[in-house]
Amino acid sequence: MKKSYLLLSLIVVVLLAATSISVFAQDPVELRIAWYNDGNEGEVLRDLLDRFEAENSDIRVVVDTIPYDAILNQLPVQVQAGEGPDMARVTDQAAYRGYYLDMRSLVADAAYWDASFPAAALAALRLEGDETGLYGFPNQFTVSAPYINRTLFEQAGVEVPSDSMDAVTWEEWTEAAASAAQATGTPYAIAMDRSGHRFAGPMFSQGAVLFHDDGTITIDSEGFRSMAQILIDWHTRGLTPVEVWVGSGGTYSAGADFFINGQVAMYMSGSWQVGRFANDIGDAFDWEVVPNPTGPGGSTGMPGGTFMVAFSETEHPAEVARVMDYLASADVLREFSERSLFIPAHLGLGELNFATDNPLAEAALVAFANEVPKLSDQAYQLQYGGQGFAINNPIRDRLTQVIAGELTLDEAVARIQQDIDDALATAGQ
Amino acid sequence: MNTIAQYLTRTRGRTRLSLTDVITYLYLTFGTIVMFGPVLWLVLSSFKSTQQLVRFPPTILPYRQETVTVEGYDTPLDLYAVTMEDGTVRQLAQVRRVGIEAQMIDPTNPEEIIRVNINQRQPIESVVFSFDNYVTGVQQFNFWQYLWNSVVVTALATILTLIVNSMAAFALSKYQFRGRNAIFLVTISTLMIPLSVILIPVFLVITEIGWSNNLIGVIVPGAATPTGVFLLRQYMLTIPDELLDSARIDGASEWRIYLQIILPLARPALAVLAIFSIMWRWNDFLWPLIVLRRSELFTLQVGLNSFQGELQTQWNLILAMTVLTLLPITAVFAFLQKYITTGIATTGMK
Amino acid sequence: MNRTAAPLEKSTASPTPQSPNFIQILFNGFVDLIDRLMAPLQNLLGVQRMAYIFVLPNLLIFGIFIILPMILNLSYAFTGSTQLFPADRPFIGADNFARLFECSNFLDPNTCREDVFWRAVFNSTIFVIVQVSFMVVMALTTALALNRKIMLRAFFRSVFFYPVLLSPVVVALIWKWILQQDGLLNAVIVSLGGTRVPFLLNAEWARVWVILISVWAQMGFFTLILLAGLQAIPSELYEAASMDGASAWASFRNITLPLLMPTMTVVLVLALIRAVQVFDQVVPFTNGGPGTATTYMVQYIYNTGFTNQTREYGIAAAASVLMALILFTLTFAQLRLTRAGQNES
Repeated sequence: MKKSYLLLSLIVVVLLAATSISVFAQDPVELRIAWYNDGNEGEVLRDLLDRFEAENSDIRVVVDTIPYDAILNQLPVQVQAGEGPDMARVTDQAAYRGYYLDMRSLVADAAYWDASFPAAALAALRLEGDETGLYGFPNQFTVSAPYINRTLFEQAGVEVPSDSMDAVTWEEWTEAAASAAQATGTPYAIAMDRSGHRFAGPMFSQGAVLFHDDGTITIDSEGFRSMAQILIDWHTRGLTPVEVWVGSGGTYSAGADFFINGQVAMYMSGSWQVGRFANDIGDAFDWEVVPNPTGPGGSTGMPGGTFMVAFSETEHPAEVARVMDYLASADVLREFSERSLFIPAHLGLGELNFATDNPLAEAALVAFANEVPKLSDQAYQLQYGGQGFAINNPIRDRLTQVIAGELTLDEAVARIQQDIDDALATAGQ
Repeated sequence: MNTIAQYLTRTRGRTRLSLTDVITYLYLTFGTIVMFGPVLWLVLSSFKSTQQLVRFPPTILPYRQETVTVEGYDTPLDLYAVTMEDGTVRQLAQVRRVGIEAQMIDPTNPEEIIRVNINQRQPIESVVFSFDNYVTGVQQFNFWQYLWNSVVVTALATILTLIVNSMAAFALSKYQFRGRNAIFLVTISTLMIPLSVILIPVFLVITEIGWSNNLIGVIVPGAATPTGVFLLRQYMLTIPDELLDSARIDGASEWRIYLQIILPLARPALAVLAIFSIMWRWNDFLWPLIVLRRSELFTLQVGLNSFQGELQTQWNLILAMTVLTLLPITAVFAFLQKYITTGIATTGMK
Repeated sequence: MNRTAAPLEKSTASPTPQSPNFIQILFNGFVDLIDRLMAPLQNLLGVQRMAYIFVLPNLLIFGIFIILPMILNLSYAFTGSTQLFPADRPFIGADNFARLFECSNFLDPNTCREDVFWRAVFNSTIFVIVQVSFMVVMALTTALALNRKIMLRAFFRSVFFYPVLLSPVVVALIWKWILQQDGLLNAVIVSLGGTRVPFLLNAEWARVWVILISVWAQMGFFTLILLAGLQAIPSELYEAASMDGASAWASFRNITLPLLMPTMTVVLVLALIRAVQVFDQVVPFTNGGPGTATTYMVQYIYNTGFTNQTREYGIAAAASVLMALILFTLTFAQLRLTRAGQNES
């Protein structure tokens, strides 16, 4: 008796399943956005799209939220195979060059796009030799810079170096953070996300020159070695939580957790953390953004951010362009930035009124804006030149091996150079 | 030495509890803690809040801090037991914490702000099994849709696997035909190639067929499991050929033999394969992640991982949803549990 | 099996759902339907050739989704560039293999061009040897315990089997929460007056724990197979042995072990295959770290072809071809050994 019920229910499941596979809703044009979430930006986007759909009943936009890892790993393969979405939020914009939809003739006013977004950012989506393609827009701009826990410095009676000096070196910051941590019994002084992108700003500030006029890329330089040595010394001196670089997982969220819990005095990260810090730190302590430390190469962070792009495989290019036009319009982008606490990459939005009543968050966003003019050409080239991930990932992985004791710094420098050369050679085949 | 030897050989003990029995029970009890303790901890942790999860030392049971609503404050304030300078202990509510100093008030006298070193206060907590994580998780993520997709994939794939594999195993075990050994050898040698290694080419094949972004693309490719063919073939070899021959003399067709003789007799082996197939499909992650891009087609395992952003991972929700995904498979296991033992015991895996 | 009943009557009779034999009748009807559809086919092919019909569906799926991709994979191994479609990729001969084998001293990965590949090879070798032996010992110990006449046997059996049901991601998640710096185990150590142990941050510890959790997750399956093997040993043999005055140890060595050998071989082969394939548990657990201490073959292949932003499909495919060769050799040798063993006895 029991068995027959089980069998029966199984049959029912199968029949229902068979019907559900073949059912597809049609009617309005359905467009797909592949998206990932760090904070509330997905909700904001949905809100904005709901408004768009209300006015454009012939278009329905579905946002597929996938893990960030899938954006990095699975999406490029899907797009290459012609199975990509219509639009996507991407960070590795160079990976899709050649697969983008040129919207120049589709958008309402291409001149608005050219005038509103930095030329370098729009060019980052183009293949070499392509001067006009309009493939998407940067919907979020980020800058990397260190955060400090000011309360810890105050309680330790250690002066925050940037209060009195215009140019503070990484060495000076390291010592100040170390004494602040020691005096307050804080477990760690300083931390940096495990990321080549995060390392790059300090590396350029220390004087590293990666890109040369003849098109070659060299890792080995005084600047690279000195910053790498500073990072390694943090570990040997026990100033930094080992798990951030050596620990498990490819994500670098661990660094932020230490900062939020007040376990580290200084934390090298970037502007995308503001929303999260405003929420999670609350009034537990005063935090702020300090200028990128200065070295022979200046005081640069790394630019960054995400792009909203459209793919040429789409069956509805005109509708895609309408959605993109809407999302790139000044009012929508302003609201998107204000509500998700993102720095916009749009050049003409003017003063923003961020949706936070947290004075620390507002101050931090201003501080980040001040970092933008200091960004070096090398930093821009790394971010938008197209080799960003091919350079950042080997730096991250090989330095991790040095910290874990598998390689010496000399070996790592040679390995990184070779990894980059190999990758570029394969890409050029 | 002798006790160890006894332990190694005896299958059925005397009624008296000997030293070896004691050792056995000790081992099994220890094993139970090691094997099941972590799972239990996962379940308990799924009731904890984010703050509780990152706390050191972690607590076994889920605690929640008690709060009190005080006039003049919009949100409820956390309650602490504070050791005052004169050594007395007072219950105070925290207004704000600044570094190592906390600003607190007495709920009965909210006017006066008392400044306390944070080491002087202990949170007042009680054990609460709060289903917040579950409720938020189910709401935030399209739980029922994903559950449905997972059930569809698991059920259809398992049925397909059972049919296709048992047919092949029947042919490989009961017929003499040209190419039999070759087919069997190729099947066995691919036992060892993990999907993750040929992921890209398989995906290419799927897109060429047009099954990308379709549950069929998740269901079919894994159905011809070498393990299943191997397991069923080994079992069917033990079914006497005479049964088949006499049926043939009675005029039964080959299909009738397969459906009415082989399948019923191979039930234990089929049950084992069913359990494995359900397990594989339910837990499958890598393959659906690349085949499925539309979120309404996501399975539970894929959906679960969209809680992981570039910067932030919502552990409390992941834990709660993980426990939910464990429930169905646990139920299946409880139901088919006796088949697993008898099934494996009789599949003639030699 | 009751074929004498007239098939036609059954299939035409309209079964009522209330009938307790509803399923049976439905099934019989289904059998008759298939029978009638397939009868002409059997007349055409003859009995023995019907086998081709039976293997066909499996062979189709198998050929399209396993064999064909493996051939495609081979073509990747001999071509370069980051293009996805094989037709777009330039032929580069054995360059990919040459790159993998460019080494001045094969025992020191640091001297190899693709150092991580060789680290993965060494890591995998050690992992396979240690994990498989530890797993077999633990599974056998547990099977022997469960084979005794004990109370709550079904309960214990289920408990030891349960982790097998968990997905690799969940296993990694659970143990990560236990082993991380602020995890449960360190809390216990601290409360006992010790200092925190960097379980996942030290290369040796991480290797040990990767082995332990994989044994934890898979042991139940092998325990059950061994238990089945143990229960198939006739108890008369032990009785006869003890009457002959054989010590318990002697009967273990002379009865249990030899008779368990065939089961043990199955366990060994399956455990070996699983160990070589180790991947989906390790990535969420240690992600191959610290450094590259727990990077194994499959992860190297996956990372090279899939997660590195410059997708070196060619190198990944070449490495997977090498891995397949090693596996074929291992299995072949194993099959030979078992055959030889069987011939002796």
